[in-house]
Amino acid sequence: MAEKSLMKGNEALAEAALRAGCKCFFGYPITPQTEIAAYLSKRMPKVGGTFLQAESEVAAINMIYGCAGSGIRCMTSSSSPGISLKTEGISYIAGADLPCVIINVQRGGPGLGGIQPSQADYWQVTHALGHGDFHALVFAPSTVQEMADTVTKAFDLADKYRMPAVILADGLLGQMMEPVAFEDVEIKMSDASNKPWAANGHGNKREHNIINSLFLQPTELEDKIKERFKRYETAKATETLAVAENCEDADIVVVAYGSTARLAKSAAEMARKSGLKVGTFRPVTLWPFPEKELNEACKNAKKVLTVEMSMGQMVDDVKLALNCRLPVEFYGRTGGVVPSPAEICNKLKEMGGIN
Amino acid sequence: MPEFKRPHALTDAYLHYCPGCTHGIVHRLVAEVIDEMGIEGDTIGVCPVGCSVMAYDYFRCDMMEASHGRSPAVATGIKRANPDKFVFTYQGDGDLAAIGTAETVHAATRGENITVIFINNTTYGMTGGQMAPTTLPGQVTQTTPYGRDTSVEGFPVKICEMLSQLDGVALAQRVTVIDPKNIRIAKEAIRKGFEFQKNKQGFSIIEVLSTCPTNWGMTPVQALDRLRSEMIPYYPLGVFKEGAVR
Repeated sequence: MAEKSLMKGNEALAEAALRAGCKCFFGYPITPQTEIAAYLSKRMPKVGGTFLQAESEVAAINMIYGCAGSGIRCMTSSSSPGISLKTEGISYIAGADLPCVIINVQRGGPGLGGIQPSQADYWQVTHALGHGDFHALVFAPSTVQEMADTVTKAFDLADKYRMPAVILADGLLGQMMEPVAFEDVEIKMSDASNKPWAANGHGNKREHNIINSLFLQPTELEDKIKERFKRYETAKATETLAVAENCEDADIVVVAYGSTARLAKSAAEMARKSGLKVGTFRPVTLWPFPEKELNEACKNAKKVLTVEMSMGQMVDDVKLALNCRLPVEFYGRTGGVVPSPAEICNKLKEMGGIN
Repeated sequence: MPEFKRPHALTDAYLHYCPGCTHGIVHRLVAEVIDEMGIEGDTIGVCPVGCSVMAYDYFRCDMMEASHGRSPAVATGIKRANPDKFVFTYQGDGDLAAIGTAETVHAATRGENITVIFINNTTYGMTGGQMAPTTLPGQVTQTTPYGRDTSVEGFPVKICEMLSQLDGVALAQRVTVIDPKNIRIAKEAIRKGFEFQKNKQGFSIIEVLSTCPTNWGMTPVQALDRLRSEMIPYYPLGVFKEGAVR
C-alpha cells in the first residue's frame, strides 16, 4: 500500500476506476456525484482513456452499452434522478449480458427531491433497475477507502457474471474526505482480449458477433433468461459480503448499510454503555443480499432494528431473510435528513425497555 | 465482366422486408461499400428499433442492437473505445428523428466519426403505419386518419437541412434508390460517409428516401411514383453539407 492521501469519496472512487482498467467514462453532471466526472475529465486523457460528457443520462448509458458491447471496461455515474433515466439502458445492458459499472451517489427523492444524502433508491437499484427479469450486482461501501476498494471488485464480478454492477453510495460518502490508500499498480487500460463475445470487429478471424436483447420466440427468450438466472444463483451462493460486529452476545442487532452503518455503529456503542447488548450487521452486497450471514449474526438476537435514510426499504429484505423468525423494527430519516447516533440509540433503548 | 452476386458483407439470411420495400437495396449498398473498402472485419454496425431491427442477422460484420433512437449514442460508445474501427448506424425516421433526435443532433455536433444511414419512408413501418416525424402534410396514416394536419401535428422534420447547420457534420446528403442512376448516387454517398470516417473527418449522414408499400397501401410501383411526385418535392435530393470538419 502506498502512502495515504486525503480524498473525497467521489474522487477516490474515480481514481480506483482507472486503476481497475476502466478505459471509458460517459456521464452527465448531477449533484452530488459530479466530482467523479470532474476528476476523470482531468485524469482520463493522461492515462490513455476516454472521458466524454454526454448530452443526457440516456445517451451516457447507451454509450456504456456500446462500449461494454465492444468488450471495454467502462463506467458511468449519476445520482438518483439520473439513475431513473438510465434504467432503460441498464435493462438493455442486462438483456445483452454486458458487464459495466454504474455509480449511484444517492440524493433525496422522489422527483427532483433534494441534494442531501439519501438511501431511498434501494428498492429501485436492488429490485427494479429497469423493465424485465434481471438483476444487477449491488455494492454498498461505507468509507472513502471502501469507495475505492469496491470499484475493482465491481468490475471483476461484472466481467465474471457478464452483468451490470452498481455501487450504491450516497451524498455523504461521495462528499466526505477521508484518508485513502491505493495499491501500487500500474494503470493499464482494459482491452477486449478476454471477451470473445465482444462486437469489436471480427478481423476476418471469426464469425460475426451480435450483441442483442431481442428474442422474438418466447421459448428462446425464456431459455436466455433461465441461463442468466443460473448465473445469478451462483452469484447468490458465492458473492455475498457483510460485516457483523459484536453480534455474538447481542440481544438487538442493528442492520444498516453505507454511511448509515457508521451511524448505527456509533449508536450501538452508545447503547452498550447504557447496558444494552447491541451488535451491528452491515450488508456490503445488497444484491445478492447476505441472507445467510444475517441469520448467522442474528442467531442469538431477540430483536432486529433496520436503520436507513429512507422510509424503510432494505427492511423488507431483512424481514424476508429472517423469515419472521425475529421481530424486525425500523428507524429512518428521509428527504436528505441524516439520523444522528443519539436518535438511533434512543430507538434502541425503547426496544430494550430502557427510557 | 464482374459477376453479379451477393456482397460478402451480407449473410445468406433471407431478408424479412415486405415486397417493394427499399431496405433491401440500401442494405446491399452498405454491404457493397464495406466489401469494396475491405473493411468488414473492422466494422461494427448498430441497428435500430423499427423494420430494420433484425439487420444484425443480415450484415456479416459485428453488430449491436440498440434501444429505440439511441443508436448514435451506442455508436459513440463503440467508436470511442475503438477509434480506428468503422462504426455505422442504420436507422428509420421514427428512431432517428423522433425518439432519438437528441442522440442524433449531439453525435452530429460532436463530429463523432460515425456514418449514419437514415431511412426516411414517412411512416412507422414496423408498428403498422403510424405518423412519423417525417410524415408529409396531409398524409393519411393510422394515427392521422384525416391526414396530417399541421395545425395539430405540426410540420415534418427535415433532418439533412437541420444537421447541415452543425459544425461537426462532414457529410449530410439526401439520396433515394428509386432507379439505377439514383442507386449509384446513393452508393457513392455511402462510400463518402465511410471515407470521412476513415480519415476521422467528422459525422456523416446519408438520408435515403424510401418506400413503404405495405403501410402506404400501394403497389411497389405506385409507391415509387409517390416517392417521386410527393416526397422529393418536399425533401429535395442533394448534398446539404460536405467537407472535412477536422
